[in-house]
Amino acid sequence: MSGRSHRLWAYATFLIVFCLFSLPAQAEKTFNAESFYLKNGMKVVVIPNHRSPVVSHMVWYKVGAADEPTGKSGIAHFLEHLMFKGTKKIPDGHFSKQVKRMGGNDNAFTSQDFTAYYQNIAKDKLPDVMQMEADRMQNLTMTEKQVLSERDVIVEERLQRIDNHPQGRFHEQIMSHLYPNHPYSIPVIGWEHEIKQLTQQDALDFYKHYYAPNNAILIVAGDITAAELKPLATDIYGKIKAEKNILPRTRPAPAPLIGETRFILEDPQVGRPMLQKIWRAERGQESLQILSEILGGSTTSRLYSKLVVDQKLAVSISSSYDAVSLDETTFAIYATPAPDVTPEQLEQAIIDEIKTLLDKGITEEELKSAQDRAQAASIYFLDSLQGPALIFGRALTSGFDMDYPEYWRDRIGALTVEDINKAADRVFAKIDAPVTGLLLPAAAQTPAEKKGGTE
Amino acid sequence: MLLRFIAVFAFVVTLLPEPAQAKVLDVQELTTPKGITVWLVQDDTLPVISMAFSFDGGLALDPPEKPGVGRLVSILLDEGAGDMESQTFQKKLSDNAIEMSFSAGRDAFTGQLRTLTDKQDMAWDLLKLALTDPRFDDDAITRMKQANSTQIKNSMGDPSWLVARTFNGMAFDDHAYGQPGHGNLKTMQTITREDLQTYTKQQFTLPALKVSLTGDINAEQAIQTVDTVFGDLPDTATPVTDTDIKLHHSGKTILLPLDVPQTFIMAGQDGISHKDDDWHAATIMNYILGGGGFESRLMHEIREKRGLTYGVYSSLSSMKYATLVSASLSTSNTKAAEALNLLKQEWRKMAQNGVTEAELEHAKSYLTGSLLLDLTSSKAIAGTLNSLQSDGYTYDYINHYTDKINAVTQEDIKKVAQRLLTPEQLTVVLVGKPEDITPDITLEHAPNMGLGE
Repeated sequence: MSGRSHRLWAYATFLIVFCLFSLPAQAEKTFNAESFYLKNGMKVVVIPNHRSPVVSHMVWYKVGAADEPTGKSGIAHFLEHLMFKGTKKIPDGHFSKQVKRMGGNDNAFTSQDFTAYYQNIAKDKLPDVMQMEADRMQNLTMTEKQVLSERDVIVEERLQRIDNHPQGRFHEQIMSHLYPNHPYSIPVIGWEHEIKQLTQQDALDFYKHYYAPNNAILIVAGDITAAELKPLATDIYGKIKAEKNILPRTRPAPAPLIGETRFILEDPQVGRPMLQKIWRAERGQESLQILSEILGGSTTSRLYSKLVVDQKLAVSISSSYDAVSLDETTFAIYATPAPDVTPEQLEQAIIDEIKTLLDKGITEEELKSAQDRAQAASIYFLDSLQGPALIFGRALTSGFDMDYPEYWRDRIGALTVEDINKAADRVFAKIDAPVTGLLLPAAAQTPAEKKGGTE
Repeated sequence: MLLRFIAVFAFVVTLLPEPAQAKVLDVQELTTPKGITVWLVQDDTLPVISMAFSFDGGLALDPPEKPGVGRLVSILLDEGAGDMESQTFQKKLSDNAIEMSFSAGRDAFTGQLRTLTDKQDMAWDLLKLALTDPRFDDDAITRMKQANSTQIKNSMGDPSWLVARTFNGMAFDDHAYGQPGHGNLKTMQTITREDLQTYTKQQFTLPALKVSLTGDINAEQAIQTVDTVFGDLPDTATPVTDTDIKLHHSGKTILLPLDVPQTFIMAGQDGISHKDDDWHAATIMNYILGGGGFESRLMHEIREKRGLTYGVYSSLSSMKYATLVSASLSTSNTKAAEALNLLKQEWRKMAQNGVTEAELEHAKSYLTGSLLLDLTSSKAIAGTLNSLQSDGYTYDYINHYTDKINAVTQEDIKKVAQRLLTPEQLTVVLVGKPEDITPDITLEHAPNMGLGE
């Protein structure tokens, strides 16, 4: 369980979005979501699901860590924490308590491209949480004492999530190498030295520049209809004034990567070596989703069946691609070598597999298999209260539209072998030009190692 | 795992002999011709079926010197069965979008399966094969042992894993609960194919089995399916030979030094059984103390007021052979002493004074109002029901829980808090480099991992 659980979406391993679709010819909506705008520019999305008299009420702001001013890394996430500290109506950090007393669960999360707040609650309490959310959208207050205390909390959070774990530190460094000149190179939680300098004024400035109805999306999923929600939304959120001076989301483009970048981290807390190869890749490409699925998306994928099962060079291997990103995204391969294999040997085998792929392409069978799995996944997506809301929220804050999730499976179904092969050519254009990371156990025996134990 | 089940609508109609509540869940209890008990919630909104099942047993069935057998079985059942080797079996699963997984827990071996309605025949066939005729091929065993060993090795550098391992190892000592469920690097070498086969024969028996189903399936189909999948399993129970245990090292502070910036703290003492009359009072007590997130006293004192931690929680655990009330958090090494003192202080305060009327009302309000939120997917419903089955509740328990929670008084809580919460008796485990704390015991490595023994 995580308190104010801020899932740091730097590289979303959000499996729902990875799932892939294939559909027969007709274009049927997956979610049957509806949307409309309020007069002040706030977008409202309704995703019906009448299995149970509960709703997931979410407000997504189109701002994330990648929009932070230089030198203020962590402010988007810090503000997210401070949003729980109070308004005139609900002072002294009572927001979550109030939600719980109504029988609800609440939380929030920050990523590079969005910040979202939600309550899951019985349907009849929806107007109450809407009032509360609308209230803190405009009337947030905080004391210096609360700010300093909460700043200590986010320092502890950074220690807990990142600094205690070599994997956390490793990932941060990889990203800093992969996106020179671009804010995706900066961790969502912020660099420690910058977090410690954040002030109340920094938070209020960020709040003023981004937290407004015309920069927000209201999403309600569950036992609700557009007809029911419209009057409520109009009444409660509609009366908030639009902010004319929302700062534009312009991020400097990442600099080109040339040559080869190798990052190596040795640490006594690491048990077994881990190898990672990561490329920058185009966003929103279903062809890359399929490619990732075929290459390393399961234990029957190419990389797993060849390198783990057949050649026994790896203990585990997988790939990942997250299409939903405002800016250029990534394509990654992760692998752990078998006990008697060096990371370099495994790396060469992976490169060989990629070369084979570029040379011979994928098969019809592989494509059809992946498309069928996607078709099934589209049904499983609906077996969840909040899942569909998360899908729409991520898409709409990352530069995609309503059709993107609704007709996703159509687009997947329309892909051809050639589409996938061309996408592979584009992403692996320079096989050596990704960032290659090696996370290794410490070379020398240390007391800490003895504690954890090595062979 | 303690799950809280309360009806959303708890209105009382005074003219009726019993309170009339809207049902939280419409659960049917069925018995198959082979004598298997099935709990069913029908729901055809989606063409999806979820199954959750459990076999009583768990860690107690690992051979005493070989923890990890159950774990290996749980990751090998889908690595080939019948005529199908690993890749063939897994391709059948993935081509048909059948989600199947297994887990060897403390007191039970469990499994989960989700399938689309029109793929269910294949799903049931594969599940039956996995349970009755797993291949345990040599290269699959090697591969899974390697994968598991990798996980173990990486865990051994992870302070959040280490604090739990150390707590369990020290508090439960030689008992099965003190053993690492995933095994250790030594047992990954010594476990044999015969061990795995013996385990499945002992664990997968009809008397130990409980099944829950939810989704696009009716009673008739459910009964037929369950007997088809499980009906051929042996009908003889394995006598389980474990004994009850009270926590060891009561009142002691145990340190496992590790060079990380935070100290991980886990503190616990004997708790209360879910079969105890005071269980619901204890549930509310725990919610107020540290189970309720931002509503809890521990969060208020340690995070909200002083910024010492990202999260602190307490929990109740009612296991077959032991009970536990515990709390855990992580904080900077320089702040560990302060955080630990605050934790003990709150423990003492609750024991001495119980809870306020307002706290009680708020807790009831949350626990009664939030139940449906745990039940918003077919997997969650099946899993929740199976958990209740495993714990020996009646099938309709979920629809009566509101009454039990609402009946708890301040006096009840004060009584159970006095009984359970004695900070001097806490077994306290620390992992990290805490300042200003003098441990009673300093370990060189985590217990029962086959190191230095």
